[in-house]
This record gives sequence, structure tokens and C-alpha cells, in this order.
Amino acid sequence: MFVLLLIHLLIGVAILMSGDRLGRRAFAVASLAPAVTVGWAATQWGRVVGDPAALDADGHGIGGDPVRESVGWISGIDLDLHLRFDAFALVMTLLVSGIGVLVCVYAIGYFSHIAPGQSRLAGLMTLFAGAMLGIVWADHLIALFVAWELTSITSYLLIGNDDRNPRARAAALQAIFITGSGGLVLLAGLIIVGQSAGTYRLSEMVDSPPSSGALSAGLICVLLGAFTKSAQAPFGSWLPGAMVAPTPISAYLHSATMVKAGVYLVARLSPILATTGQWRVLVLVVGSATMIIGGLRALRQRDLKLLLAYGTVSQLGFMMLLFGTGEYKIAQAGIVLLLAHGAFKATLFMIVGIIDHQVGTRHIRELHGFGPGWMAIKVMAVIAAASMAGLPPLLGFVSKEKALDTYLEYGDFVGSTAVLVVIVVGSILTFAYSARFVLGVFGVHGAADNENVTLDATPPPLVFWTPAMVLTVVTVVVGLAPVFISDLSKSALLALDSGSTPSKVKLWAGFNTAFFLSAGIIAVGAVMAVMRRSVARLQTSASQPLRKLLSTDDAFVLTIRGIDAVAKRVTRSVQTGSLPGYLLVILGVVVTVPVIPMLSELDTLPDWIENPAHIPIVAVIIGSAIGATLVRRRIAAVIMLGAVGFAMAGLYEVQGAPDLALTQFAIETLGTVLFVLVLRFLPTRFVDLSPAVVRPLRLTVSALVGAAIFVFAVVSSTARTDVPQESISVEMVERAKPDGEGKNVVNVILVDFRGVDTMGEITVLAVAAVGAVALARSGRRSDDTDDDDASASGAGPEPASSSTPSVGASS
Amino acid sequence: MTVLLAFTAAMLFGLGTWLLLQRRLTRIVVGLGLIGHGTNILLLTSGGGGGRPPVIGKSDKSEFADPLPQALALTAIVITFGVTAFLLSMAYRSWQLTHDDVVADDLEDRMISRRRRDSDVADVEAADLERQSDSAGDDE
Repeated sequence: MFVLLLIHLLIGVAILMSGDRLGRRAFAVASLAPAVTVGWAATQWGRVVGDPAALDADGHGIGGDPVRESVGWISGIDLDLHLRFDAFALVMTLLVSGIGVLVCVYAIGYFSHIAPGQSRLAGLMTLFAGAMLGIVWADHLIALFVAWELTSITSYLLIGNDDRNPRARAAALQAIFITGSGGLVLLAGLIIVGQSAGTYRLSEMVDSPPSSGALSAGLICVLLGAFTKSAQAPFGSWLPGAMVAPTPISAYLHSATMVKAGVYLVARLSPILATTGQWRVLVLVVGSATMIIGGLRALRQRDLKLLLAYGTVSQLGFMMLLFGTGEYKIAQAGIVLLLAHGAFKATLFMIVGIIDHQVGTRHIRELHGFGPGWMAIKVMAVIAAASMAGLPPLLGFVSKEKALDTYLEYGDFVGSTAVLVVIVVGSILTFAYSARFVLGVFGVHGAADNENVTLDATPPPLVFWTPAMVLTVVTVVVGLAPVFISDLSKSALLALDSGSTPSKVKLWAGFNTAFFLSAGIIAVGAVMAVMRRSVARLQTSASQPLRKLLSTDDAFVLTIRGIDAVAKRVTRSVQTGSLPGYLLVILGVVVTVPVIPMLSELDTLPDWIENPAHIPIVAVIIGSAIGATLVRRRIAAVIMLGAVGFAMAGLYEVQGAPDLALTQFAIETLGTVLFVLVLRFLPTRFVDLSPAVVRPLRLTVSALVGAAIFVFAVVSSTARTDVPQESISVEMVERAKPDGEGKNVVNVILVDFRGVDTMGEITVLAVAAVGAVALARSGRRSDDTDDDDASASGAGPEPASSSTPSVGASS
Repeated sequence: MTVLLAFTAAMLFGLGTWLLLQRRLTRIVVGLGLIGHGTNILLLTSGGGGGRPPVIGKSDKSEFADPLPQALALTAIVITFGVTAFLLSMAYRSWQLTHDDVVADDLEDRMISRRRRDSDVADVEAADLERQSDSAGDDE
């Protein structure tokens, strides 16, 4: 399995590196990775599905035998890559890799005239497919999170691939903003869940369900992550925006795979967590709102692709309702719906892409029906839409029947009846927008002009619609004979919840309540389709006052604008551009934050004086320092600084640090020489400038810093608690000779005990030297050619022309 | 650490800060030098009082001054020198370009604080307007 992930990575990177050289063939190369994965999954089918009818001693199903694989990384803190391929992972893998292959083939037809940069999509899609498999296969919450974020990033790049289109940029930004912040919240949630469960392994969590006080916060965080990823209300605004991406991308990421990651996570965790805290309530409320709002908005779209996008939002809400209850019987309906939705929604997207590609529009008012060559497309559109609407004998009908049936039978928790009503209403809306889609394709909504545009449109070539054909065949065949997925869905359910007893998936379950509900849904939906004009009018008038409330796009724009305004205000007040201003803030913090608490420790003063030799030395240091501060001639200031330095050397000598004294002597001499070298050029006197910081404030801050240092020095010298005999220095002295082969302990510390530190010091010096040389030798501005000549002549006197004015001004 | 040395370090820091808050690069370098000296006093005296040089064989180990702060102070001296050299070459460069060593306010920062709109936000808003006009109203 790890090898398969690597294959995705390698192929993806290879395509990206090849640039535009591959052209359309990039998609053929890209299809290799998912094709290999599908092949591998097929070989493992028998093993992971197993015999779902077999029961263990307690009467529970046994299910299949998952394939497991671990790649060690940091085993000490349980950070290894654990992969687990069970029957539910198989279901998701079928969606990710199966539809992946078909979409790649489809893309070859879609990008018949490939523009520069479009083959990049193939590489990104391969990388995405690998990341998505990572989510599905990961048996460790952290690995799952990493893969989760990788899908967000690849999705961002795929949406924004056309970087010259401002709409694509904005949509990509919105998607990464929403899913990215959801991802961060998810990380926090996963850590809380993992910590309270004592394990980050999903497979072990079933046996040790998490429990702790913080768990409900963790659950909410995990759900927020799942909701943002799966475009649940009110975080769904990015998904319709993402439709700006090319249709193969939308068909793959934004209907079949990535948006189901949130559903996947909820499905995995619901059996463990559904009865804990607010999990079930949150999932059911949000899922219900999403299913209804998505359906209502789909009904209002004129762009076929947007119609499908809102339809996807609605169906994702439906899936949340099925997986989030924690009732395993209902979850089985969700598994069937996952497969059904993958098949019909990808087909519909492909058809929209074909229409868009051949006709140049996907707007229902500009479509007027198609000529005879389009028969296959029309048939597929009707079948896929009928599956979406839940008409027998298609796969969509099977899943909807199962959902209604299981909800009727096993929905015995609080609010289950309300959720059932939501499902029925949502299904009616689904029927209505499915009808709208079909009527749109057939041109019933078309405005009465330019009819020939679509009637004369060239039918698509065979390769273009073959992938859709494959999925349509799946929809019909599996719908007629659900036995193909019966075992798969049973084992997948057992993989989710080992204590469950899954039931058979049937096309025809008899004249039960679910059947009559289905019939009712179809009847009401059909009436809505026939009376579509009145419905539309009603919806328009009813939604006017609600529009502001329901529009999450506005919320997003307002959020961005708000963040921007706050950032601007903060920048304006904090980043003034004045270096002394920044220093003032830093020093102010230094003085207040660490030093004020120290004041309470200031009870005893240490000895006033240790060594009488200090008195003359300190007198020179302080006197010269005051001099260096006050003098107005540059050279005098530098000489005063030098005096401080030499006095410091004396202090070191008195304190018993001859090495320091030597170094200080050498450095001070060198430093003074350097100063003089530079000062040759600068004006001799300081000129008063408008002060960067007003004088009283400067004085106050300087005095405060001095006082703070005094307090710090006194407190820290009395705060030492360990006995000097046990300090680390004692051991260094002891080991200097035997370990370091040196008598001078300071030298041994520098080159031996703290050798790495000295290495860093040398590096800093080297960097400073490189920088200094580069600054000193870089050329001047080109308009200063005269001065350039002067300096090129070497150590000449400073150019009179440049220094005179400033000297004059200073005197 | 004695009161006298603590006072000396405090004076060096106070005077250094005064110089640091000015606009002349030369004065800033001098101020930094003073603060560096103050830091070295703090470092050196953090190991306690003075003593004999820590060289084995020259005197008794129990009379040694603490060698570890000495090693740290030595590193600090050298690093301060590196920084000083770098700042001096900046002063030289500044003179090359402007014939002065003034640290002026950063014009870029000033400009940023006056900018009205950000391009990313402009994108979002433009696309939002388009989308609203796309999905607004109904067709029939």
C-alpha cells in the first residue's frame, strides 16, 4: 500500500516536472496510478470482503480480514505510518481510484486543445488521488490529518490553476481559507480525541473509546473540520465557487472524492462517538440544514454545473444524516449511497463537461436540445438523473429505499422522526432539481433565439463519453442486481462497527412503508417539475427576505474584509517604520514584563564592594561611558568607547579572567581601528536632527532600562540556590585535564565542552565578515561617479565636496 | 555581584539605551558597544565573585574564579565585535549612498499603512459580485 502511495507521488511529481511537454498525454500517464491501485484493490477484494455471513461465537459478523501495513518513523512517540485497508476503505478506494481512472480518460477528451499549464492539472490530480488514498487508508489520526491537509492544498492548486482568472483565484482562496481553517480545528479535535482515547490508532479506538472532560470540545472540533471539508452549512459556500475549475476536476474532487472526506471521517468515528456529547445532535442538525438548503438552491440555478454543485451539497448533507447517527443499520444505507452518488454524480458532471465543451455553454437558457448524434448523451443524462432522483430500478433508488427503510425501522433516538421528514423533503427537492437538469439538457428551458447553436452542435467523439458510459452501466446493472455490492456493503459496515449485523441490499423489498414514501416522493417531485413556474415564483418571493440570512458568501467576504481591516489597523499602529520607535517598544517590554515581578524579590542588597581595585576601574568605565554619550565629535566618542573597553579589560584581569582581558584588549584595539577607518568618511561632528523619540521620553526609557538592569543584577545574584560546589563549573574544572587535555579551563570549555557553541560563534563571525565586506565593496549609485573615483584611489582623504556642507551645517 | 558592579552595568545599559534611541548610526554603534560591555559585566559576575585565574597547576582549584561565565563572556565579546564591524560597514555604505549615517524611517512601512485596498480582497469581492449576478433571481 505504501508503494502505491509512492507511485502516486512519483507519477504526480514527474508530470509536474515535465511541464507542458506531455500535453494531453499527461492525463494518460496520470491514469496509471489509480489504475494500478484499482488492480491491486481487485486482488485484495476476496480477502477484505471475506464472508460477511459468517458469525462468531457471540452471533456478530466477522467480516473480512483487513490488509495492514506499517512504515516506521518515530516509534518512540507512536508516530508511524499505519495503513489499514478494510472493506470500508475498499468502498472509498473504488470511488477514489475507480472514478480517478475514468476521469483521467475523460480529461483526454475534455482537453482536446490543451492550453499551457493545463497538463499541470494531471500531475496535481495524481498527487491529490494519492493524498485521498492516504485519508482513506490511514489508521492513525495524525497521518489522516496530514493526508487531509494535502487534499486541501492540492484542491486549492487545482481550483486556482488558471491563475490569470481572478474568479479562479478568489474561489481557490475561499476554498483554502475555509477548508484550511477547518483543518486546523480538526487537528486540535483529533489530538483531544487521541489523547482521551489513549491511542491515535482508529482500529484500536473501537476497543478503548475515548472519555475525558475535554472530549466534547474535541468532538465539536472534529465535526467542524468534517463540516468544512464536506461543504456542510454554513461552510458550504466554497464548493459552488470551486466549480470555476475545469469539469474533470469538479467531477473528481468536488463531487466524487474530496468532499466525501468529511463524510468518511464522520462514518469512521460515529460508531465510537455518536452517543458521546453533542455528536449526534450536531451532525443531524447540520446535515438536515445542508440537505434542504442545498436542494433549494440547486432548484434556482441556471448554470447546469452549479445546479449539480448545490445538488452535491444537498447529497453530502444526506450522507451525514445516514452516517452520523451511530446506528449501524442506517450507516449501511450510507455506504450504498456513497457508491450510488459517486456513479451518478460523476456521470452528470461529465455530461455537463461534454455539453460545455461541444456547445460552448452550459446555461440552461442557451440550450435548445440536441441533434440525433447526441442520443447516447441524452440517454445517459436521463439514467444518471433518474438515479439521483431515486427512480427504480437504479442504484440511487436502492440507496434511498435502504435509507428510508432503515430510518423507519431503527431510528429510535430523539429527533429521528424529524430527520426522516427532512430526508423525505430533501428527496422531493432532489427529484425536482434532477428533473430541472434533464429538462435543461433537453432544451425545455431554452430562450427562443439562436436555436441552431445547439441543434447543430457536433456530437462528442466516443472516447469523450465512454467513461460516463461505464458509470451509467454500473448505475443500471448494480441497481438491477444489488447483489454485486451486497457483500461489499455488509463487510464495509462490519469494518466500521464490528458489533453489527448487516442486512442484505435489495432492489425490491416489497410493499413496505419505505416504498410508499418513495412513491410519494416521486409523485410530489413530479408535480413540482410540472408546475415548475409556480414553484419558482413561490421560491423567489419566499426567499427574498431570507436571502441575506442564507447567503454564506456574504459571510465569507465579510470575514475576509474584517480580518483585513483589523490587520491594517494593527499594522498601522505597530509598524510605524521608525527604528527607534520599535526599540522603544522592545525596551519597554523588557523593563516592564520580566523586571516588575522581580521587584518583590528585592529584599537584601549584596555587599557594596568586593575588591578596592574595582573603584578606579569603575570610575574610568562610567566616566568614559558618560563622555562617549555626551561628546559631539565622532572621533571623541569612539575614543571614549575605547577607554571603556580597556577599563573593562582591567576589570577582567582583577576578577581572575586573564583570557577575557587579553581578548578584550585585542578586540578593542581592532575595533578602534575599524571605527577610525569608517569615521574618516563621516562628518566630524554629530548634527542635531529632529529626534526620533522626544527627549523626555528617551530620558525616561534610558533611566528605566538602567534601573531594571540594576534590579535584575541584584536579584539574580542573590537568587542562585544551588551550592557552588555542585555547580556544573566544578565538574568542568575537574574534567578539564583528564578529558580535555588542557590546563586552562576556559580554553577547554570553549574548544571542547562547548565546542559546538564556539562553532556557531565562528559562523556568526564569518557571516558578519561576509556581510561587512559585501557592504564595503559594493559599488555606489551610478550618479556618484566622481566620488567613486575618489574612493577607488584607496585611503585618500575624505572628499571635500561631500563633507563640507554637513560640517558647515553642524558648526 | 556587588552593588558597585551592578550599578556600573546599570549605567552602561542606561547610557547605551540613550544612544540607541538616536538617529545617527555611529551613535547607535557606540551605544551597542556600551550595552555589550554591560552585558559582559552581568555575565562575568553571575558566577560569583572574582578569584584566581582558572588555570590548573597555577593555583588551588578551590580559589578559581568560575570558568564557565568566562567562556560565555568571551563568546559575547567576540560576537559583539562582529556586530560592531557589520554595523560600521553599514555606516560606511550609508555614507556612500547618502553622505550621512542617518537611520531614516522606513518609507515602505509608511506607505503600507496608507494603502487602501488589498489585491486579494479585491479579487474576492469582484468574484463575489459576479457570482451574485449569476445566481440571482430565477429564469422562468
